[in-house]
Amino acid sequence: MSVMRDGAEGRSPWQDLVGSHRPLLLKLLSGVLVFGAWEIAGRIPVSYAFPTFIESMSALLRMTLDGTLFAAYAETLKPLVVGVAISAVLGIALGLWIGLSKTFDWLFSPIFVVMQAAPLAALIPLLVMAYGIGLTSKVFVVCIMAMPVIVLNTAGAVRNTPANLKEMGRAFLATDRDVILKIVLPAASPVIFSGLRLGISAGFIGAILAELKITPTGVGDIITFSRSVADYASMYAAIFSIILLAVLFLNLLERIETGLFGGNVRGYASD
Amino acid sequence: MVMPQTERAFTPDTVDDAVTVKRITKSYGAVEALKNMTLSFPRGELTSLLGPSGCGKTTLLKIIAGLLEPTSGEVLVNGRAVTGPGPDRAFVFQDFALLPWASVMRNVAFGLELRGVAQSEREAIAEKYIAHVGLKGFERAYPHELSGGMRQRVGLARALSVDADVLLMDEPFSAVDEQTRRKFQEDLLNLVKTENKTFIFVTHSIEEAVYVSDQIAILLPRPSRVSQIIRPQGFRDKDVDNIRRDPEYLDIVDDIWSSLRSYVE
Repeated sequence: MSVMRDGAEGRSPWQDLVGSHRPLLLKLLSGVLVFGAWEIAGRIPVSYAFPTFIESMSALLRMTLDGTLFAAYAETLKPLVVGVAISAVLGIALGLWIGLSKTFDWLFSPIFVVMQAAPLAALIPLLVMAYGIGLTSKVFVVCIMAMPVIVLNTAGAVRNTPANLKEMGRAFLATDRDVILKIVLPAASPVIFSGLRLGISAGFIGAILAELKITPTGVGDIITFSRSVADYASMYAAIFSIILLAVLFLNLLERIETGLFGGNVRGYASD
Repeated sequence: MVMPQTERAFTPDTVDDAVTVKRITKSYGAVEALKNMTLSFPRGELTSLLGPSGCGKTTLLKIIAGLLEPTSGEVLVNGRAVTGPGPDRAFVFQDFALLPWASVMRNVAFGLELRGVAQSEREAIAEKYIAHVGLKGFERAYPHELSGGMRQRVGLARALSVDADVLLMDEPFSAVDEQTRRKFQEDLLNLVKTENKTFIFVTHSIEEAVYVSDQIAILLPRPSRVSQIIRPQGFRDKDVDNIRRDPEYLDIVDDIWSSLRSYVE
């Protein structure tokens, strides 16, 4: 239910149509712009190695229909899902801890600041030496990419919980556990979720990076192999598919957030 | 000059005091926010703490609430010493302190939720108080969809729904506009009459304090102390519309201003 909203009188049917579907229309418009530019750049062509949008999409369709893509994702999703799950759970827990305790802030924050700034590609040989070329190394790469931003965002948001809400909780007899679960975490949730979004995007990058740098499997294999045989349409199709998956996943995350903490979503400033 | 109001002696342990503050001192390092303050709050009445900024009135209220610990001295609520927040006191905050992610219903029921009251039961109670403060129909709205005055009504409903004996109000109307504030003041007078609770009300507005109070404690700063206790006699039972033109009301407002004037920078 929306309270205090202006009535819709005095607007033309066209305005109503645009108004009610504006987010969707804007998304479509931005899609047309980007893909149109891609198509044009491919047709010029800006580079011999740059296929058009339509070529890439037909390669994507072909790989989807013959099952190559599904086999590849079965491989790629393993380190990705495991790594992202570990990063999310452990990252939020550690961030909460760091945000609540000065000692833990002092102890752990520097590790994640360093991790965030570290040149990961240069560290991969070290990981491979330590953990081999299997799943473990790849999960590590995903975690190193995803965890720092989740931890640091969570810690910052928890530290900045409005003092008046915590005081209100205590005045109404909240236990420490109540304060954390019912006040600190929900208050921090917008920033925690933005950390999750950034962290999960970084996790996707990490998963592909691991497949390019450690052993070519899954989607990384399609990219490496297609490039080596100059099948650039397939290569861009694979890259496109991973971006698409990331976007879909981030949208899902946003839905979860809105479902959990509706009142935190207050629309756009221009609405 | 004989003032129409009588002055009460500072005697704690009066039988019918809901809250008694005894020799409270609160210092932050070298700064003494409150010094050796003693004050009692009669049951079923509204007592205002009035004074210039920096006189420690909010500090005193938070000590009574159990949110701040006094450096020395004690607070008795219904004869029992305060060691922390308790079910006998509820707080209304100056900045409302509503949960922005929770609906009006959940905000009002939040105190009961923290006390472990089952959902259906606490929502029934909350619904009653939401209607009582005039917000019926807004149960599913979120705080950011409400005006400032409506938000404070939510804060008031939350404090009422836990059914505490003592209601602590920290400048509750200072963040709402003038017209809403007047309406709130009238509603507060009705609440004091009907709810049979003890109200402790912090304000910096002289007119507001005189308008709503059974007893006004004037606090002065540096060092913070109770300088005067005023009990308006004549107009308390009058109709809300006639209070502001009552000669006694006007005299008390003038009197308080002349005693506070020199403390305002």
